[in-house]
Amino acid sequence: MSAQDPNLDKKLYYWRVQQKKPKPPVLRNTLLAFIVGGLICVLGQAVMAFFQSLGMTAKEAAGPTASVMVFLGAFFTGLGWYDELGKFAGAGSVIPITGFANSIVSPAIDFKREGFVLGLGARMFSVAGPVLVYGTVTAVVVGIVYWITKL
Amino acid sequence: MEYLLAFLVGGSICAVGQLLMDLTPLTPAHVLVLFVSLGAVLSGLGIYEKLVQIGGAGATIPLTGFGHSIVSGIFEEIDAKGAVGILSGVFKNTSMGIAAAVFFGFVMALLFNPKE
Repeated sequence: MSAQDPNLDKKLYYWRVQQKKPKPPVLRNTLLAFIVGGLICVLGQAVMAFFQSLGMTAKEAAGPTASVMVFLGAFFTGLGWYDELGKFAGAGSVIPITGFANSIVSPAIDFKREGFVLGLGARMFSVAGPVLVYGTVTAVVVGIVYWITKL
Repeated sequence: MEYLLAFLVGGSICAVGQLLMDLTPLTPAHVLVLFVSLGAVLSGLGIYEKLVQIGGAGATIPLTGFGHSIVSGIFEEIDAKGAVGILSGVFKNTSMGIAAAVFFGFVMALLFNPKE
């Protein structure tokens, strides 16, 4: 390779990496994510139906439903089952709110040995933190736009 | 019927997430952040509420629904109190989920130890 174009080496390297990298079985992964993610939402629908049967509206039932799903995600992460599910379900276990709970409990358990404040306490939000930050920032910007359009 | 719709809508959202993870360099953490923000924007445009009416828990359980919950709380507060609502509404509809995540997350991390 000539020294005139330093980018050429980079391009060639990138191309070789792309060639050697194992291709994920996209169709299979997507189908599994669809099925597992769909089933978790069916469970959520059943939990919501239970709270509605107690006399709550769909809107009132949303909070309690989220809490039950978070509890289940956290509990099954503790048992080690949720990470087993994640191995084949991929996004099907990551995207539902149970996966949000998993992203909190999993690092909190792993880093417990580094202490209860800087280990467990701090690492709980290694993924959930960014989710809250970007969710809040985006929503506040959307709120500002809504407020201005209402003036 | 509502269970079938929850399955189809929720499954589809997760399938899109999986395609992003497989076909782009995005990690699961990136996809979660993208989805919560996307849910907030779609909610602001009035699109996500329609999806909730169709899919029920299939739209509220995926993390896009979390973004929608933040925005819907903000809109409700703005309608009631004006500009104050831009900030006071952030945790209006999300407080239960966040409190549950912090509390149950802490308790489970306390109870369980890493698998070898």
